[in-house]
Amino acid sequence: MNLNMNSVESLVAQIQGLSGNIGELTQLRNYLKQCDDMLRTESTRLAPLLTELDPSVHSLGYLYILEACTSGTISKDQDQANELVLSVARFINVCAADQIRLAPDKFISICKKLKEQVVFLEDPMRGVAPLLTSIRKLQSSTEQLTTLHPDFLLLCLMSKCYKTGLSVLEDDVFEVDQPRDLFLYCYYGGMICIGQKKFRQALELLHNVVTAPMPIISAIAVEAYKKYILVSLIHLGQFATSFPKYTSSAAQRNLKNFSQSSKNQLYAPACSDRLLHVCMDLASSTFSKQYDSGVFFSRLPVVAKFTHLCDFVYEQPYLELVNSYSTGKVSEVENYVQMNKDKFENDNNLGLVKQVVSSMYKRNIQRLTQTYLTLSLQDIANTVQLNSAKEAEMHVLQMIQEGDIYATINQKDGMVRFLEDPEQYKTCEMIERLDFSIQRIMMLSKKVTTMNEVMSCNPSYLGKVRIRLGGSGRDLITTISTPFLLNSTYEEGEKEKHGASNDL
Amino acid sequence: MEPEDNAAGPVIGDEEIHANGRDESDSQRHRPIISGEQLDIEAYAALYTGRTKTTRLLFIADKCGAPSMELEALRMAYDEIKKGEDTQLFREVVGKINGRLGPNYGLDDAWADAVDRRAESRKDKLENELNAYRTNLIKESIRMGYNDFGDFFYAHGRLGEAFKNYVRTRDYCTTSKHIIHMCLNAILVSIEMGQFTHVTSYVGKAEQAVDGLDPVTIAKLRCAAGLSHLEGKKYKLAARKFLEVGPELGNNYTEIIAPQDVATYGTLCALASFDRSELKSKVIDNTNFRNFLELVPEIRELINDFYTSHYASCLEYLGNLKTNLLLDIHLHDHVETLYEQIRNKALIQYTLPFVSVDLNMMANAFNTSVTGLEKELEALITNDQIQARIDSHNKILYARHADQRNGTFQRALQTGNEFDRELRAMLLRANLIKHDYNLKAPRKY
Repeated sequence: MNLNMNSVESLVAQIQGLSGNIGELTQLRNYLKQCDDMLRTESTRLAPLLTELDPSVHSLGYLYILEACTSGTISKDQDQANELVLSVARFINVCAADQIRLAPDKFISICKKLKEQVVFLEDPMRGVAPLLTSIRKLQSSTEQLTTLHPDFLLLCLMSKCYKTGLSVLEDDVFEVDQPRDLFLYCYYGGMICIGQKKFRQALELLHNVVTAPMPIISAIAVEAYKKYILVSLIHLGQFATSFPKYTSSAAQRNLKNFSQSSKNQLYAPACSDRLLHVCMDLASSTFSKQYDSGVFFSRLPVVAKFTHLCDFVYEQPYLELVNSYSTGKVSEVENYVQMNKDKFENDNNLGLVKQVVSSMYKRNIQRLTQTYLTLSLQDIANTVQLNSAKEAEMHVLQMIQEGDIYATINQKDGMVRFLEDPEQYKTCEMIERLDFSIQRIMMLSKKVTTMNEVMSCNPSYLGKVRIRLGGSGRDLITTISTPFLLNSTYEEGEKEKHGASNDL
Repeated sequence: MEPEDNAAGPVIGDEEIHANGRDESDSQRHRPIISGEQLDIEAYAALYTGRTKTTRLLFIADKCGAPSMELEALRMAYDEIKKGEDTQLFREVVGKINGRLGPNYGLDDAWADAVDRRAESRKDKLENELNAYRTNLIKESIRMGYNDFGDFFYAHGRLGEAFKNYVRTRDYCTTSKHIIHMCLNAILVSIEMGQFTHVTSYVGKAEQAVDGLDPVTIAKLRCAAGLSHLEGKKYKLAARKFLEVGPELGNNYTEIIAPQDVATYGTLCALASFDRSELKSKVIDNTNFRNFLELVPEIRELINDFYTSHYASCLEYLGNLKTNLLLDIHLHDHVETLYEQIRNKALIQYTLPFVSVDLNMMANAFNTSVTGLEKELEALITNDQIQARIDSHNKILYARHADQRNGTFQRALQTGNEFDRELRAMLLRANLIKHDYNLKAPRKY
């Protein structure tokens, strides 16, 4: 007992003493790692220690202790849960970012605990702000995707704080810790954008999930694919069943099978609804518990096989919807939706499907702007298969307000006059827009070049290249230095050229 | 008649808006013999010889729908078959006649049996001869033997075997004349069988034997090639082939095609597929083809009307010819497509010179209602064949030319966005792959 108290006190002392600069902090971190087991066993008695430490100064130590306190299953007790939420939220707000970055997994662990508690308390909005702060503190740059991003987006979805979610989605993401994080991030992100009717962005995010490199098909990709089909219909009015070349072969194989004819449904009776739910549960449980992507993927073959079979039945309606959409007849699409309502509802996509149907009217009216200069409302109603001129007027009015078409309605004659796009591309704003685009692309190009250079210095890459080239050192140098020579316009390139040849 | 008669064209002014294609003063000049009457079967059949005569007559009988014509055709077919030796076909025709033409046109078993017996004996004789030639290994006689066999089968309506025998002579052909002879026979049988891929290949083979080719043969081969393109729905190529047929063809290929047909097929395909300059240079100014056109004056008028933009009369001619064209074995399933293409071309050509067109006048010129015309124009505009927009309120068609500058800006911005998106996605994917690779790489710690 004494020993324990001593060690605990010494721990506090260490923390207080070593929280000065980065050197001390590394020392502290090593020390804390050693004490980790001890902390865990003493978890119940660590609460009073927290009061002795100042979270903003001794963030690292505080973090370790806090994490030990909150480890274990989430409490079902309302008060305790509340307490935990408050304490973690407080910590997140005041902690020092550089300190917690030394122990990222601990930090992630407490944030996830926070999320679980908030969900348990059925008040997801309480978790939104803390998680947003935690993301900003954990990220080393705005381009990095952390494990907390998907959790944050999930809370935004559950609490319907879409705008906050959008603010995070605005950042470009280039670095990813875990592929699974990316999939979930894009999937939830897609859903948020759909909620805000930003279909172009949603399409982009969902596209990233569907075409991401994955050795085995993941259930997230399957769900994302369904939404992808629907959003593609709404935004583009069509859907191409062929995948781009860079899609992983696993995705191509599995998702392509869904577009085969209904004779595949012969295999469907083998799986039942229950089986589908079992494998979906399996999939979702692996998402929430496992961090290590290795484990995730290894569990998935079982899941994949079942989802593969089951989805024969459940993907069919989407692709058939695409077919009936392409006929251009609204009544047909509506009938189809009506018949398959349950399937869409099971996937929680019914709202989206309804939007698909209403987008058909829009598209048909847009097509009319290409052929007609003026058209009577009655003719519009007839062509687009609406019931009356009044309905046509409402649709046209809505489209004008949303900026989908340019037109004027003459109510006296019941005529609509379609106008050209008034954009003349002569304004300052347009020039600024062009300039901004150019700058962005230059920035991206620079990024690609940097990536290329970094890759060229990678030892494993060099090893492979050497094998391919047959081992001549001279050839190797030429291959490596070519990208640097090409970049002689950049000053950094000059330095790195010398640096690279020195390394060799 | 000068093709550029209406070069002055309709002027858009308040005083004189002419309806394009409905010039009253010209109509007297244009009242020729419109052959909308029923096809004169005897005259039609007289154009052909050989099996094709019978086939065509039977086709007419099937498709014409008027019992009097049907019986007439069947009667003539019966007479024709009796002159030949095809008993299978004979029985067919008798079945179709069904006693409607009286006792003279019933099943003449005696004749049929006699012909069959003759055929058997002839076949045996031919077989013996052929075997004899084969043992003697004289190429020329073997070739003649196979040829005779082919002719025999052809006369008896067994086209598959006829084809096989004709093709077998290929190994024994020594001069180009032989090759051409073989090819022509093969082509004849293939056309009858409807296998136009063989036709194309044998035409190609024949054309390679250059020194055996005289103008008549060349003309024949071009006709055959044209026919196979027509069947393959390649109207432009078919038109070109037909238009190249020289006047030497004359009546030399009546076992397949009559010169009137060359004119008809060639003109219709050309109208449907050629653009204006090609139409002028290859059809209207084509002196060789003029000889053929003289045989079918309606077609000649038709094409001149089209070129001079008298669309109403042009389409009227077309309409009148339609019933008879549907009775033609080669053309019948292409009539609809060709007509549609010609009509679309007429519509497009009508609107091409104008900035604005009054739809009422246009509807008059094309003999249709304004709503119908609007629908047709809508289809053409959606397919981007006419660059215009319809003012449905005032019923005017306005030409519309895309603004290049705006279009360019739009495309540039769009390309920029797409590039941005693709690049970001690529960087992301590269990062993922790198991550995967790092996992698999041996860990250092």
